[in-house]
Amino acid sequence: MINEALVLSSLLFVLGTFGVLVRRNAIIMFLCIELQLNAVNLAFIAFSRLMGIDGQVFVFFVMTVAAAEAAVGLAIIISVFRHYETVNVDNLKLLRW
Amino acid sequence: MDTAAQFEPFFPGLIILLPLIGFLINGALALKHARVSAAAVRLGGELDLGEGDHRPETHTLPSYVGPGVMLAAFLIASVNFIRMLSVELHEPHVIEYWTWIATGTFTVDAAIQLDQLSILMTMIVTGVGFLIHVFSVGYMSDDGGYPRYFSYLNLFIFFMLVLVMGASYPLMFVGWEGVGLCSYLLIGFWFSDREKSDAGKKAFIVNRIGDFGFLIAMFLLFGMFGTLDFVPLFSEADNLEYGGSLVTAVTLFLFLGAAGKSAQIPLYVWLPDAMVGPTPVSALIHAATMVTAGVYLVVRSSVLYALSPIASATVAGVGVLTALFAATIALKQNDIKKVLAYSTVSQLGYMFVGVGVGAYATGIFHLITHAFFKALLFLGAGAVIHSMHRSLHRTNDHQDPQDMRNMGGLKAFMPITWGTMWVATFAIAGIWPFAGFFSKDEIIWQTAAFGGAARAPYPALYQVYWVIALGTAILTAFYMTRMMVMTFHGSNRTGVEEAKHLYEAPPVMWLPLVALAVLSVVGGWINVPEALRETFIGLGPLTSEWLHHWLEPVTEQAHRIQEFNLGEVAEQAPFGGGEVTWAVISTVLALATVLTSFQLVSRKNVRAAAEDPELSGFSKVLYHKWYVDEVYDSLIVQPLIRTSRFCWRVIDARVIDGIVNGVGWAARGVGFIVSMFQTGTVNTYAFVLTIGALIILGVSVF
Repeated sequence: MINEALVLSSLLFVLGTFGVLVRRNAIIMFLCIELQLNAVNLAFIAFSRLMGIDGQVFVFFVMTVAAAEAAVGLAIIISVFRHYETVNVDNLKLLRW
Repeated sequence: MDTAAQFEPFFPGLIILLPLIGFLINGALALKHARVSAAAVRLGGELDLGEGDHRPETHTLPSYVGPGVMLAAFLIASVNFIRMLSVELHEPHVIEYWTWIATGTFTVDAAIQLDQLSILMTMIVTGVGFLIHVFSVGYMSDDGGYPRYFSYLNLFIFFMLVLVMGASYPLMFVGWEGVGLCSYLLIGFWFSDREKSDAGKKAFIVNRIGDFGFLIAMFLLFGMFGTLDFVPLFSEADNLEYGGSLVTAVTLFLFLGAAGKSAQIPLYVWLPDAMVGPTPVSALIHAATMVTAGVYLVVRSSVLYALSPIASATVAGVGVLTALFAATIALKQNDIKKVLAYSTVSQLGYMFVGVGVGAYATGIFHLITHAFFKALLFLGAGAVIHSMHRSLHRTNDHQDPQDMRNMGGLKAFMPITWGTMWVATFAIAGIWPFAGFFSKDEIIWQTAAFGGAARAPYPALYQVYWVIALGTAILTAFYMTRMMVMTFHGSNRTGVEEAKHLYEAPPVMWLPLVALAVLSVVGGWINVPEALRETFIGLGPLTSEWLHHWLEPVTEQAHRIQEFNLGEVAEQAPFGGGEVTWAVISTVLALATVLTSFQLVSRKNVRAAAEDPELSGFSKVLYHKWYVDEVYDSLIVQPLIRTSRFCWRVIDARVIDGIVNGVGWAARGVGFIVSMFQTGTVNTYAFVLTIGALIILGVSVF
């Protein structure tokens, strides 16, 4: 049972990572990050069956932080869109020398 | 008897403190004056130099404070002296005030030492100092820096008293450096003149060389004894080996310090240049007190010098060479103060001969008499220069007021100065019964006697010293007479108009001259040799060899060491004849020299400076002081400048700056290359981050 859960979790995480690396749309990248977080959550839940309640507790923390991050991240994306009228990250290159 | 009468000091701390108070008051006035006149200049007014009849209000108080604190200090010192006279003091009386330095095993207390030597020096410093302060009231009255002058002078006396009363080498060194500082400040008193401020710097730098020796000697002494306080150090010194290499090194280094301060070969060059300072300063610092500090240092360390025959022979040798060398230069100088400066160097050489042959009390004796007659000579020269300067100033003449070729015949205008200066000239020439006769003759005699001691270290060397010392005495008589004749006798060369403005110095100036003249006569009577007294009865009611006995508690340890190792000194001079014979011979020689040179110089047609032809031959060499300054310049100063310039242009500007700038450029270059990785694309960052995470994962798993 645990093996299947972990395989699913790694699949989801790799999918999320690829998404972050290859996509240029900020919202899609953001969703992929959420996917990674939830992949980790899944692994936590799976392990908590073997090792006690700590994993499930931790998942709540991750969800809380993810919610806060979503609020801040979406706000940034909205203000970026208002400024540049695009959310393609290739156009956002101000953070360089 | 010893327990019955205890020595009770009378506020000895006040002696040191009073000049310091004077310095603070006068210094505050000087600052106030500077601020007021600076404000006046800012408002577009004239710089208030206080010249002429108008005197700023800050110029009144120093006339009373400056000499006043000196008189008070002198009186307190006298009370202490009289109290010490009435008891028998065998051990120095040390008074500790507070702990100055305490690190590990090394402690130095702020303590003063009262003994026969320090009280005598204190009396000289405050007494002669007081007279010179009084003279300065007249001499400096027209000067804009009047309060500043007195504040420096008081500060000098303070440091000089620390020097002579300090109970340890470090405390003495504080005074030693302090007087050096005041000497620098006073030589460059008229600092707006480049030549004068340079002379101050020269004195300071040359003294640094000597101070290096003093410091090394202190380090060595601490290594040997673990203390630098005089009393425990000298009682420990008894256990040292006679002629040991360590004690020789210490004494030679100490003598390097003494040679710097007391202007001996090879460090004498600063003293003649120091004559650009105000003349009373030359009298106080560069004749009577500060320059004798080296002699005081040797006498204070007499135990160590007695243990080292090599160092003692060096001291005497350097002394006698300096005496001769400076006397030859003095023969051809035309500046009245330069003659006196070289004469001072020469007389200091005599003092070192005295202490170098183990006659420590005699060295101090000459120090005392020299303080009287040389201060008198300088103050007399000051009176002459004052009068000349005023006369030339009133007639808008731009001649040099210090050049003796421009003087002549001043006897008619300044009879008191003339008379007192002749007294001093007789004293320095060594004519009976003036002070210098007793002191100088005793030094010469002691040189002969020491060379004839049973186990004298280098008898032939001391005989040479003795001959040179005798010969120099004749030179002394000659150049002093020449100076007197050129200044006061013959025809007047100032010019007709100028002569109308020449007159005697005011009483505030000639009264100190008279006081010093009296001292220059009677000063020698405190130490009439036993042999002379037996031969010629009626020299006065004073005990013979009083000074010698008085200083015995200070010098007896050194004398014991010397007598134990060398045996009794001789009764006969190298070519026969006892003390009395040679005393008579030398005074007759001196008198004959004065008389013949008076005739010789009077007959010579001296011309005013502007018309005087260039000298040639040997006279020119003497006039240019054997070209020593030029030799020092090419051998030491120029190579030093070239080395410094090399260090600056090449080592500093190229090598060191190159390294520093290179590091900066390297950091910038590396930063530029690394900054290329900052693409600004989020995906690249995420990619790098992922690779990194994978690497860490890979490393930690496999």
